[in-house]
Amino acid sequence: MGTPDPYSPPSVAPRPVFEVEGLHIDYATEAGVLHAVRDVSLAVRRHESFGLVGESGSGKSTLAMGAIRYLASNGRVTDGSVRLNGVELLSLAPKELRALWGSRIGVVYQSPLSALNPSIVIGRQLAEVARQHLGMNQSAARERVAEMLTKVAMPDPEAVMKRYPHQLSGGMLQRCVIAMALMTDPSLLVMDEPTTALDVTTQAVVLDLVSELKREFDSAILYITHDLGVITKICDRVGVMYAGEFMEQAPLRELFKAPLHPYTLDLLGCVPHFDPSPQKRSLVTIPGSIPRVDELPPGCIFAPRCTFAEDACRAAPPPLEQRGEDHLSACRRWQIVPPPREHLRAATEALTTAGVAAGDRPTLVEVDDVQVHFKAAHGLLRNRQQRFIRAVDGVSLDVRSGETLGIVGESGSGKTTVARAIIGLTPATGGRISLRGRRLEPSTGRRPRSSLREIQMVFQNPDASLNPTRSVGDAIMRPLTLLSGLSRQAARDKAKALLRAVSLPESYFGRLPHELSGGEKQRVAIARAFAAEPELILCDEPISSLDVSVQGSLMNLLMRLQLEQNTSYVFISHDLSAVQHLSDVIAVVYLGRIMELGDAVRVLTPPFHPYTEALLSAVPLADPDVKQKPIRLSGSVPSAVDVPSGCRFHPRCPRFLGDLCVQHEPPWREGEGDHRISCHIPLHELSRLQAETLVLAAEKGGA
Amino acid sequence: MSDPTVTIEEAITALPAAAARQRPRGWRVYWRRLRRRPAALVGTIIFAVFLFLAACGPWVAPYDYQAQDAKVRLHSPTVAHPFGTDQFGRDVLSRIIVGTRNIFLIGGFGTLVAVVIGTAIGLASGYVGGAGDEVVMRLLDVLLSFPSLLLALVLLSTVGPSNLNLVFVVAVLYIPMVARVVRSMVLDLKSKEFVEAARVRGETRSYILFREILPNSLPPLLVEASMRFSYSIFLVASLGYLGLGVQPPSPDWGLQIYDGRNFLQIAPWTLLFPAGTIAVLVVSTNLMSDGLRQVMLPGGGRN
Amino acid sequence: MLRFILRRLGFMVLGVILASIIIFWATTVLPGDVATMVLGRYATDQARTQLRHELGLDKPIAVQYTHWLGNYAKGDWGNSPSTDTAVRPLVFERLRNSFRLAVIAFAMYVPLGILLGLVAALRKNTWADNVISVGSLAFIGLPEFVSGVVLITIFAIELHWLPAQSAIDPRSSYAAALPYLILPAITVALTSLAYVVRMTRSSTVDVLQMDYVRTANLKGLAPRRVLFTHVLRNSLLPTITVVAIGIGWLIGGLIVTESVYGYPGIGRLLLFAITHRDLQLIQATALLLVIIYVVANLVADILYAVLNPRIRYT
Repeated sequence: MGTPDPYSPPSVAPRPVFEVEGLHIDYATEAGVLHAVRDVSLAVRRHESFGLVGESGSGKSTLAMGAIRYLASNGRVTDGSVRLNGVELLSLAPKELRALWGSRIGVVYQSPLSALNPSIVIGRQLAEVARQHLGMNQSAARERVAEMLTKVAMPDPEAVMKRYPHQLSGGMLQRCVIAMALMTDPSLLVMDEPTTALDVTTQAVVLDLVSELKREFDSAILYITHDLGVITKICDRVGVMYAGEFMEQAPLRELFKAPLHPYTLDLLGCVPHFDPSPQKRSLVTIPGSIPRVDELPPGCIFAPRCTFAEDACRAAPPPLEQRGEDHLSACRRWQIVPPPREHLRAATEALTTAGVAAGDRPTLVEVDDVQVHFKAAHGLLRNRQQRFIRAVDGVSLDVRSGETLGIVGESGSGKTTVARAIIGLTPATGGRISLRGRRLEPSTGRRPRSSLREIQMVFQNPDASLNPTRSVGDAIMRPLTLLSGLSRQAARDKAKALLRAVSLPESYFGRLPHELSGGEKQRVAIARAFAAEPELILCDEPISSLDVSVQGSLMNLLMRLQLEQNTSYVFISHDLSAVQHLSDVIAVVYLGRIMELGDAVRVLTPPFHPYTEALLSAVPLADPDVKQKPIRLSGSVPSAVDVPSGCRFHPRCPRFLGDLCVQHEPPWREGEGDHRISCHIPLHELSRLQAETLVLAAEKGGA
Repeated sequence: MSDPTVTIEEAITALPAAAARQRPRGWRVYWRRLRRRPAALVGTIIFAVFLFLAACGPWVAPYDYQAQDAKVRLHSPTVAHPFGTDQFGRDVLSRIIVGTRNIFLIGGFGTLVAVVIGTAIGLASGYVGGAGDEVVMRLLDVLLSFPSLLLALVLLSTVGPSNLNLVFVVAVLYIPMVARVVRSMVLDLKSKEFVEAARVRGETRSYILFREILPNSLPPLLVEASMRFSYSIFLVASLGYLGLGVQPPSPDWGLQIYDGRNFLQIAPWTLLFPAGTIAVLVVSTNLMSDGLRQVMLPGGGRN
Repeated sequence: MLRFILRRLGFMVLGVILASIIIFWATTVLPGDVATMVLGRYATDQARTQLRHELGLDKPIAVQYTHWLGNYAKGDWGNSPSTDTAVRPLVFERLRNSFRLAVIAFAMYVPLGILLGLVAALRKNTWADNVISVGSLAFIGLPEFVSGVVLITIFAIELHWLPAQSAIDPRSSYAAALPYLILPAITVALTSLAYVVRMTRSSTVDVLQMDYVRTANLKGLAPRRVLFTHVLRNSLLPTITVVAIGIGWLIGGLIVTESVYGYPGIGRLLLFAITHRDLQLIQATALLLVIIYVVANLVADILYAVLNPRIRYT
């Protein structure tokens, strides 16, 4: 896993299947013509997978879609050449292009549910390809579809073919889409963020599948993603794009170990490395933000944000040129680009987190056997019984003063609901939540103002976190006047100070939210949350929808503010890397219950709960030398209405014991400190079975 | 043929602070976008003209709308009477101009009442939710189960047509639709994070409704109000034609057409000019409403 | 699914009952003394009391209402004072006439509306789309008496192709009535046409932007196949609902159009009843029209549920 397929050395390399040369793509908008993609070239060979990496605005999707000539009506390819198997795509007539699309080019993109027609059964939609391009009749097509579905490891293909898309889970649907794309054994397979919408464990299964299929099929793969970890699982070569241009192209391992462009270097530093030790470092912050394509700086477009930029860099844009074997870089000063480890140490600082003295801190919030059950619509004629959605089904945890509790889980785990119950937005239907020993009312509307001041929240979606009709200053001032009881003038001064504290210029005070970027909006939301000086801030996936570099800088901000204000955090995320980077204590949740709870270090080292083990092995790490044990879960998360009996994880547990797990709820196994695992397998047994760590770093002292 | 959705957002990119400074704010954006849509712009201008006539009608009209002049009965259009005269010798142009006021007043007030009450109902019902919301919506649905004109007729047939009753009927007819639109906005906004942030701050219900939710509901509300006004013109004119609108001698356009129906062959201008005026006002109001919709709801508001 | 249908049916019945309450309240409770209205101001007290007794107006309102509703459900719609005939046969005769008119109009505007809406969506932002969009926007609020008058002027008075009025014998056969139906049908169809065009265009534009259309195109399917197999299937579904709602417009349009052309349909009957303060007739006609509209919506809802796999399965 992660080792590149061997390919012939350049001198006898076969002709690339897919070649792009000097491509320029423009968009006509209300604001004028935007040069979205400029002078871009790449080549992909058979059996090879080329990873296209970039943040928002990099033009990676535009490049892919433009190359296969599927652009919106206001998009145009203005220059360049695209060749598939030697055939020039840009000069083809629509009819010829269509012939290519179905048969020689396959496309898989992000959301499988919307990629399929909701009104047609799966079998028919897939068969369409076979009938159109393979000239098969109905029965031959059906056979081919069943064959493909088996190849993508679908259980019971015949049944699946008769289903409608909405009846299948995301992971299964994506496999169908992949089957459909590969049906004609295409020369080129374009995959645009195919696993972004999937759970981590499902993503792992799909990534495994793609790796396998890569070996079996001949296709050249163009894999587009923003996730550096995923790249290491699939790609042989990687190209890094920034604001419409390539910054670097290199073989996978070289890019990660010896990048030759400052942007790549910085990007690698923005991703939290997997390191269970309590000694944390901040992440690399890239100053400034991604430029708009109509306001590009002169010279090298990355120069304003580059640590190594000189005047010469700003004078003229450096071309993308070969600097090493098969390694291209668009940097003039490529020779002085340091190795990542060195740069990381130079550009980041050590942080003293609360985790060091965790045990001594007083408990701030106690969550005691909390349940959140929703009424589900019950059958009218048959079973009159009331059914419940058991979103949170008995969760107990403590949040201590000044520390970060990370709650990690996948969709349907109930992690967000727990946070919402703590803050009272979704009232708990059972159990008890106390703040400093005093019981809190389940619903936020009934709590006294003093407790409201003490618990605040940062939400997931930055675009919806701020009232669009209210200025930034107003948004921050409101909790100051309402909860802290400050006068308007005092509130105004404090609000400006808060803006500075979150690294935003004071001039933003009068701005409206739509004038800010996603990352900036989230900073305002953080400032607002900190305004009334709460004791606890709940962070519900606050960075998931942001660019990698922005995620890094926000994580730094959160950590810095925590140290300054001694605030506790409850940090909720599906992103295990982020959680382990920020948290002192980690709780792993599945289907409404905690599976494992304890200090971050203890949770991330064996013994693990089997679910934690699966999660850890599923998270794609941004390091091609790392080996992860492939522990995969079958099926998908069951619905919270029909919680499995006994241990709720038993239907998917790779270490399933038998009847014991089905009939009896597992006991808490106490480990060192406050570490607890809910499993029938005793801890020493787990330790023995999980003897080797999941993650083998090639060299120790990494990160 | 079809419009593939490649993310244009990628091309436009995240906005850095400096560039954002150049973006115009608030209403100026709307005006700029409206300027680019010729049809909507024309509609708005014509509507403005009618609005002016409604306000200043009696002073602008060349003749007294009631002045009868037996000498010039049923004269075809001349310079003195650009739209001709009716069977009583009254100047058709003047009657049309003064009639604008009735339509605007009745339609306008009716729509205003409908918007105010409908918004109140929509806000309350949507925000509180639960059983009360269900009941209120079912009741409004009952009103919506009547074809509009039918309900208007049923109500008017008994209370009798007077200006006040007409306003009341227009309002009753349109409250359900406005309430529905507002309610759906409230439901959508209720779950948005900034409203939850307000709850978490301990804001009172009325604060949330009026300072968080309502200001963000204004664009669709405005579009809906403008569409309702357009339908109200339709309604009042139709009622006028059926004899249940504004009563004579007040110059109601619909009534003018009804009165003139006997003269269709000999003096068509008595019918065609009022008919044409209705047509022009309706078309321009529709163009304006649709323009507002496109300009204020760039995501594509649904009808 | 069964649950869905039963629920809808239940709400329909409830809705009709509530509507009947409104109708009853508006016609009986509001106006004041019915007896005075019917007999005139100079009638004696005794005559009025007797009439009130005959009409059952001296009983409490709730009783009157249930009495009326019960009779209505049984089919006993009473007698119309102004025409001195039984209400039900009269109403149904006129309903039949209106139905003929409506059917022709329906056959005109539904297919044409869908077609124009599709063309506008597929040729979005071209001149064809602009013409169709602006045109439909223009027609959507045009009252029928305006378009009717214009049509009569052009086709009847200037060109003499079709009759200007349609005040035929209510009992005429379909064939005999046909030439008199054409102009009224066009008049009624115009407004509803605009509505269907706009809705179809809007839902088709939405569907065209969906990911699965992109998938279909990238499968290399011919545009025609993409259109018929993938696009239409999903964009025409909301059109069913739209057409059902359009029937409400149709009913309103019929009332005005029949008045313009003097056609003996149920709309004219209603107007006649109103001007003559014939309460029985007003109540019966209004409630019938409401029932028709509500049933049409119910049928559309059920059809939509049946044809939409997301609702059919689950």
